[in-house]
Amino acid sequence: MPLRTEPVTVNIGPQHPSTHGVFRMRVTFDGEVVLDVEPVFGYLHRGSEKLAEERTYTQVITLTDRLDYVASMTSNQAYVLACEQLGDIQTPERGRYLRVIAAELQRVASHLMATGFLLNDLGAFATPLMYCFREREKVLDLFEMLCGARITMTYLRVGGVFQDAPEEFWPALKRFVAEMPHYIDEYEQLLSENEILLARTRGVGVLGTGEALNCSVTGPVLRSTGFAWDLRKVDPYEVYDRLEFEVPVGEHGDNYDRYKVRILEMRQSVRILEQCLAQVPSGPVRAEVPQLYRPPPGEAYGRVESPKGELGFYLVSDGGIAPYRCKVRSPSFINLTVLRDLLVGWKLADMIVTFGSIDVNMGEVDR
Amino acid sequence: MRPFLLEENALFRGLYCWLGANEGNRGFCTPEGEALARDGLLPLGWEWLAYGAAGLALVLLLVNAFLVLVMLYTYMERRVMARFQARLGPNRVGRFGLLQPVADAIKLLTKEDVAPTGADRWVFNLAPIVMFVPVLLVLAVLPFGRGSFLADLNVGVLYVVAVTTVTTLAVFMAGFASGNRYAMFGAMRAVAQLISYEIPVVLSIVGVLLLARSLSLVEIVEAQRVPFVVVQPLAFFIFLAGSSAELNRTPFDLLEAESEIVAGYHIEYSGMKFGMLFLAEFAAVLTTSGVMATLFLKGWEGPLLPSHLWFLIKVFGLAFLFIWIRATLPRLRIDQVMGFAWKFLLPLSLVNVFVTAAEALAWDWETMTPQQVWAMGGINLLVGMVGVVLFSHLVRRPAPRRAARARAAATAEEGV
Repeated sequence: MPLRTEPVTVNIGPQHPSTHGVFRMRVTFDGEVVLDVEPVFGYLHRGSEKLAEERTYTQVITLTDRLDYVASMTSNQAYVLACEQLGDIQTPERGRYLRVIAAELQRVASHLMATGFLLNDLGAFATPLMYCFREREKVLDLFEMLCGARITMTYLRVGGVFQDAPEEFWPALKRFVAEMPHYIDEYEQLLSENEILLARTRGVGVLGTGEALNCSVTGPVLRSTGFAWDLRKVDPYEVYDRLEFEVPVGEHGDNYDRYKVRILEMRQSVRILEQCLAQVPSGPVRAEVPQLYRPPPGEAYGRVESPKGELGFYLVSDGGIAPYRCKVRSPSFINLTVLRDLLVGWKLADMIVTFGSIDVNMGEVDR
Repeated sequence: MRPFLLEENALFRGLYCWLGANEGNRGFCTPEGEALARDGLLPLGWEWLAYGAAGLALVLLLVNAFLVLVMLYTYMERRVMARFQARLGPNRVGRFGLLQPVADAIKLLTKEDVAPTGADRWVFNLAPIVMFVPVLLVLAVLPFGRGSFLADLNVGVLYVVAVTTVTTLAVFMAGFASGNRYAMFGAMRAVAQLISYEIPVVLSIVGVLLLARSLSLVEIVEAQRVPFVVVQPLAFFIFLAGSSAELNRTPFDLLEAESEIVAGYHIEYSGMKFGMLFLAEFAAVLTTSGVMATLFLKGWEGPLLPSHLWFLIKVFGLAFLFIWIRATLPRLRIDQVMGFAWKFLLPLSLVNVFVTAAEALAWDWETMTPQQVWAMGGINLLVGMVGVVLFSHLVRRPAPRRAARARAAATAEEGV
């Protein structure tokens, strides 16, 4: 006769060290094994979509900063791309390159955070996290040079960027691009081949390509299943069609592949930054767009490959100074839909790691 | 059984003589004490009180000195961890932040003492004490220097093993009495993990005992012609792995896995009760390092420097090793932790016991030539390496995902 234990229901979150914000899971455990997971969110709901209807097009950019607050640049980018589609605005070349530079730096910063926190969730007591934050700090310094802010940048504008990069930015960026590969090597040397890390992440939280596609999962989570879907390749925006880079994919769609794909993507981002440095032309950084931007009535969908996946802004204009409707397709939220399938049957410790490897941001989930 | 440190200690003798050494019971007074002892404070027949008071004073001194060391160790752990993590660590309170532990203690002492409503008050309040006392009890047999020990028990090793096991009980008490589900997770993990690791740790000590032919810690140190780590590398490794599991440090810190069960068994503790639990853990690192230094690193023995200093160097060196491991490795999962103990450490320690027993039969440790000693070390190292490679295949199996899922589905069907 198998030994039966009584199932226990535990609230993981909303205040919990590993829920990356205010996520809450009502989990039923049989001993340590997860029987059922019910995700609960909305603790960080600020009504960004509704607020956007009350603000001018430029003011909404500050709201997008606060969606995915560890990747503000890409949130800005998706939104301004949608705005530009509405008014059919052409961004000057230099502005586009600056946007790509900002977005790729942001991808590195966001992946650093995801990797660091994933390893922290695995129990490596803060060391990899601090290593990753050391380099994230350098990215934030670069952002500070660009626009004076470090987290909520609001650097991008409809038709370009807020201002040209200052002189000291370029040598600093060059140094960052030169140093970063060595730092990535360092993270990999620290733990990538570690027996414990492999035992904890390989074959754990396996997501199939079919399941991922059915759930509209995008970003590194989808690519880790072996499906090369990257908007920068399949629907190039800005100047990505001129840049050479690869789309790293995993094989098994397990936690290890998700970790590895992020590491490889950081390398590709550095490669893109290198090319941008060589190609960036001179000229204006911003198209002539009136302060009170009034796009003609219509609708537009701007999408970018944010560090978490496909981030889209669907805007409807009625010809006024504020969007009539602003809908955010946030990758964090949609990637969460596979959460229950990934967690049931695994242990408590795997649950935390799998959740960390999906890399959600609660600002973006709750909006 | 040798004389206690007590009766040779100048401080103890002085105090004893001053208090109660009247005519006729000078016993072991020193010449210095004798001057004082001409007229004891206490009347005749009260020597037992003098003996007790002098002994207590010495124990208090020892315990307090140890606690100061523990404070230093907490400071060291935080600074060293910080350096590993490319940050500075505490450096504001006092010179180099040395007074940080004092500031922490004041902060913890002045905090409100909260106990949750659902807690079992008695057990909840008792747990920090039960946690702390065994750690101090180990000090009774630990030799800190040449001739410096409170008691040289002839069953010293057994005593250490028995006393440190009580920690399991304390952890379970704390977790169970808190009335918190995270704490309960921590408590259940604690029982499973700590009991499992006790076995390989004890078996690894057996190898040492076979060579030293004594359970007395002092005699074990004296029996070490070369540090036992040279001839018992495998036992040292098992002891290191097993005791980091018993000290619940990474990669085995499942009892208080911060990212999983927040703080585990001490989640509901605050103020000085929390401080006690924490201090007990840090103190346990020091005593375990002390036991390790005694068993494997020749205890207080060393050239040039005084013996007490050598002991401290070895203890803090081993403590540094523990900090290093903590700063580097991720955590194992509970099934992997159990598998590591039962499928890996236990067979390895059995192999070590058999090999060492055969060697102890073939050679006499006391009369071995240096060449034979080195040969023995070489054989044991080889056996250890082969064993580690062989048995590591056992623990590398992937997790039985399908079985777990089927079980979950079955339980769900029955209406959870």
